[in-house]
Amino acid sequence: MKRYGDIVAVDAVDLTIDDGEVYGFLGPNGAGKTTTMRMLLGLIRPDAGSVRLFGRDAEHRTPQALTGVAGFVEAPRFYPYLSGRKNLELLAAFDGDGARGRIDDTLELVELRQRAKDKVGGYSQGMRQRLGLAASLLRDPRLLILDEPTNGLDPAGMRDMRILIRRLAERGITILLSSHLLAEVEELCTRVAIIRAGRIVFEGPLSEMHARTPGGNVSYRLRTTDQQRARAILAATGGVHGVAAADGDLTFVADEPTAVELSRTLVRDGLGIAALVPETTSLEEFFFELTEGAP
Amino acid sequence: MRGGTLVAYRWELRKLAAQKRTYIGIGSAVVLPVIFVVVMALQRGGPYDAPLGHNLRRTGLSLALVVLTFASRFGAQLVTALVAGDIVASEDSVGTLKMILTRSLRRGQILGGKILAAFTYVAAVMLAFAAAGVVAGVAAWGFNPLTTLAHTQISAAHALGLTIAAVAVFAMPLAGVAAFAILLSTWTRNSAAAIVGALVYALAQEAIGGLVHRDWARHYLLSDQYDGWQGLFRSSTDWALVGRALWVSAIFAAIPLVAALVIFSRRDVAGD
Repeated sequence: MKRYGDIVAVDAVDLTIDDGEVYGFLGPNGAGKTTTMRMLLGLIRPDAGSVRLFGRDAEHRTPQALTGVAGFVEAPRFYPYLSGRKNLELLAAFDGDGARGRIDDTLELVELRQRAKDKVGGYSQGMRQRLGLAASLLRDPRLLILDEPTNGLDPAGMRDMRILIRRLAERGITILLSSHLLAEVEELCTRVAIIRAGRIVFEGPLSEMHARTPGGNVSYRLRTTDQQRARAILAATGGVHGVAAADGDLTFVADEPTAVELSRTLVRDGLGIAALVPETTSLEEFFFELTEGAP
Repeated sequence: MRGGTLVAYRWELRKLAAQKRTYIGIGSAVVLPVIFVVVMALQRGGPYDAPLGHNLRRTGLSLALVVLTFASRFGAQLVTALVAGDIVASEDSVGTLKMILTRSLRRGQILGGKILAAFTYVAAVMLAFAAAGVVAGVAAWGFNPLTTLAHTQISAAHALGLTIAAVAVFAMPLAGVAAFAILLSTWTRNSAAAIVGALVYALAQEAIGGLVHRDWARHYLLSDQYDGWQGLFRSSTDWALVGRALWVSAIFAAIPLVAALVIFSRRDVAGD
């Protein structure tokens, strides 16, 4: 358990991650993801209980405690006045155990070899994230802990980072990936844990999460040529809930067949449909229910 | 010394060598004696009442120690505080601390490397100062014998050796200031607070030293140890004075360093 004043940041988190899988650690901002990861990496101590990785106490700040474990929390940071390669050399020297011999390979893997001699101060956010991955890989980890690795990246950077993570998983590295982006976790992970207010509220395969999605309800946003009449039609349509107006649009919750039928009704009644857009997936609805509903 | 500490120390030195501000401190130490010589050359008189000041214009070998005593005590403390106060806190504020703490070195080894690097920097600044002082002094006033504080004359070579030893003794209380700056840097995680705090600490010792009239009390303040080098220039070397400068400074260094180690080993590293 970790407390900050009266707030319990993390309480009784137990994650079981199989060898070689990409495990998603989901939760809204402030749910306790980063605090959990900091404890796993030995950066902070729990106030009660213990942190164990591979059966070893991770909180004991000995070199052995983190054997086979690497990663970063929040954005990886480097010495801006040193080159990318020098930064890696420093970290490799701190690791020992042949880490220096892995520098070229890791730079190649994260596609930074051409920029390795440049000072990190001139790197983009995406390059720093990739260098963070390279720094973690120097430790030849069995478990890689990545805290929101696509945070702050542009779409191309996010895509590149996800490709890299997939490539690492293919090499057999077990990855614990925290994110507040459900789509990212859906894309990369096979199993997930969802944390809310410091406690795990769901843990299991992604398929189980899909299966537990209640009724397949999705939020939609609707814009038509006559919003008043559209609102009346929505109110009269069975299976449509939570109708509301937002920024000139109408929003409602329904399952997909109901939404299809609704679009036909609107057209039949002479309304033009400018937009009928699903705003969340059914999985997101389930996620929101777990993380935002009553505890 | 443990291998991990040496690894951390070597990289701390490389990091210092890669930063411009490192050279500002060393550059200032080199320039100060030169400026002193230029000012002396442009005017008559000088700080003849400073210890060894009566040798000015007779031999260049007294310049470094006269400048240290007369003009650069605060400067030396400032340069020391600037580097030592920043050495842990800057890693905290930039966020690199959490990168290096998840590697295979113990926290004590990492802090040990930083402490040694800060002390090495202080030594380098003092060495640069001594070298520049001797070169500038000798260029201006020659490599001549020096009259000691006991009014006996020693050869130029002997005076050179004593000058180097005296600068080393002068550096001892600076190590005490460095240690306190490292403690503040570790504790506050804020470079500015650590630097200012260390300077206030050094100045407070000077102020208290000026207020306290009882020798037994004043002699055990850090500020009094800056004069320990004068023991080398007495008729027979006053080892008690030099020894006190060493052990009092060592105590003033050891206590903050132990506290810093305890804090650094136990602290949580959370947030940017």
